Amino acid sequence: MNLHEYQGKSILQSYGVAVPEGIVADSPESAVEAAKTLQKQTGTAMWVVKAQIHAGGRGKGGGVKLAKSLDQVKELADKIIGMHLVTPQTSAEGKLVSKVLIQQDIYFPGKAEIQEYYMSVLLNRKTGRNMLMYSPRGGMDIEKVAEETPDQIFTEEIDPCMGLQGFQARRIAFNLGLSGTSFKNMVKFASALYKAYVGSDASLFEINPVVRTSDEGVFAVDAKVSIDNNALFRHPDIAHMRDLAEEDPIEVEASRYDLNYVKLNGNVGCMVNGAGLAMATMDMIKMSGGDPANFLDVGGSANAKRVEEGFRIILKDENVKAILVNIFGGIVRCDRVAQGIVDAYKNIGDIRIPIIVRLQGTNAAEGKELIDKSGLKVHSAIALEDAARLVNEVLA
Amino acid sequence: MSVLVDKNSRVVVQGFTGSEGTFHAQQMIEYGTQVVGGVTPGKGGQTHLDRPVFNTVREAVEQQGANVSVIFVPPAFAADAIMEAADAGIGVIICITEGIPTKDMMMVMEFLKDKKSRLVGPNCPGVITPGEAKVGIMPGFIHEPGRVGVVSRSGTLTYEAVNQLTKAGLGQTTAIGIGGDPIIGTTTRDAIELFMHDPKTDGIVMIGEIGGTMEADAAEYVKANSHKPVVGFIAGATAPKGRTMGHAGAIIGGKDDTAEAKKKIMRECGIHVVDSPADIGKKMAELLKD
Repeated sequence: MNLHEYQGKSILQSYGVAVPEGIVADSPESAVEAAKTLQKQTGTAMWVVKAQIHAGGRGKGGGVKLAKSLDQVKELADKIIGMHLVTPQTSAEGKLVSKVLIQQDIYFPGKAEIQEYYMSVLLNRKTGRNMLMYSPRGGMDIEKVAEETPDQIFTEEIDPCMGLQGFQARRIAFNLGLSGTSFKNMVKFASALYKAYVGSDASLFEINPVVRTSDEGVFAVDAKVSIDNNALFRHPDIAHMRDLAEEDPIEVEASRYDLNYVKLNGNVGCMVNGAGLAMATMDMIKMSGGDPANFLDVGGSANAKRVEEGFRIILKDENVKAILVNIFGGIVRCDRVAQGIVDAYKNIGDIRIPIIVRLQGTNAAEGKELIDKSGLKVHSAIALEDAARLVNEVLA
Repeated sequence: MSVLVDKNSRVVVQGFTGSEGTFHAQQMIEYGTQVVGGVTPGKGGQTHLDRPVFNTVREAVEQQGANVSVIFVPPAFAADAIMEAADAGIGVIICITEGIPTKDMMMVMEFLKDKKSRLVGPNCPGVITPGEAKVGIMPGFIHEPGRVGVVSRSGTLTYEAVNQLTKAGLGQTTAIGIGGDPIIGTTTRDAIELFMHDPKTDGIVMIGEIGGTMEADAAEYVKANSHKPVVGFIAGATAPKGRTMGHAGAIIGGKDDTAEAKKKIMRECGIHVVDSPADIGKKMAELLKD
């Protein structure tokens, strides 16, 4: 589950990771109040107004701005709240901004030179362990850094039982070229960051940039935080942070029915039992000349009710010109699934697009017969290649 | 011969008396698997499906000689169940449970390091040696004793491949569902290694998907050691970047995670990659013709 920057930072802060002071606001007026409070707390007279959406590259789209007065805070908040922010990671329509984070500006001049670094914590799937990845080249796209200067990316592999060790935290600070007070603060920062990652059952922390301020503080200026969905049951406080407005409305509805649905941009909807077969079915649609409109796994035991809900979800997508149902009946019998499809079709009523049903496995022939005799405009198949051919035919 | 499980496997079911455990234990027994008992802490001493229920796995090992465990315990307690089985000396632990937190699995893998157990899964359909033992949730009847080893990260997609092999008259030595999570006990490479050493296995089908480097690792192994034909399929060529496709491990993060990258390295290593899942059985039949 992805979190907003302000939510991620609240988690970081609770584990002792230094973040700039900030307050979230949903109106220009509350933004000004937030700025005033921050001024009292920190003495700052400059604020950063940051759009809170689940997408990177917000600065590029005009969603992150510096305000040098309270009037500017109001003006910027007014402009950013309600805008459809387009970034390299959003669709062309962008994402509606409903909240801004008003943050203390920490790029003030002083003795030391201000520096930006990159730091992330994630699972290394090759080793099955977490790693902390970091680079002195912060503030830019890490994939670009990896391409241009791979020697500027460092990693610390972390023993799951022992956690990030002192020598590793020191090595991080050394590799980032720090000394003195900055060095000590970076050691503290990295150690706390890893504790926060493990403590919150995160699946990704990406802090870009980590900033060394002119008075040698080390802060997480941005925070991309994702939490392991499977671990949310032991973090009810974090589970509560889910922002449904950030998700596709059809996906939200599907999740209510416990259906695993991912919206795509194609024209052929599909409903499959099992995630691997669902992906393979999407690939097959593409090979047959169509384009998958979604990923939809109705679960290993596709019962009639789930099939009907699946149909309703797929039909909400107006781009869908045909639907392919691909069920491999194991313990679930194909004739039962077929009955479910027939019932769903009748219950929903007005389905105007062709439906192709491929049933294989337990009682597949009985299932096919049931569909063929139903009098519905449903094409049926048993072999996978026949289903592919039918997709091609109905699109032609 | 076969790998991992056979007619001599003595299976204990962890989470025996729950609804999933009961249903699938029943199916396994009907298939002919030697289910020697089950474990549900607190229900020791009872009888369930005409088999003894134990409080601990250790009792099942001591009293019934259990050497294979299959786990249907809910996600919050499944990591503990795996470790209990390993501690009791179970040789092959098959964890069906979906939804175990990654952090828990990381700890489990550390715990298993000095144990002699092999873990299959979690989030997998299990392992079946047709005609001998079905330890998992797969439909038994689509399988047929035969000559092809199957390893897959998926459930129903494995059934698809198995069904094609059965229809092609090739059958299976053993089919291993290794699971769709980011951290799993037995990798594609491990399973292929088992099949390479199994004299009854003439060919191997490997089914992978987007995310991770398992298929690339397996391909390197095949290149260095293969003396049997390997047919490969990777699901998710049309999956978008950054989205989890059902399985927790099926997500494209970097460029090595894509189906295209995986297929490329598999082809370079001599694996016969098919682009359509409908061609898996056909391709293997063609390779095993002579």
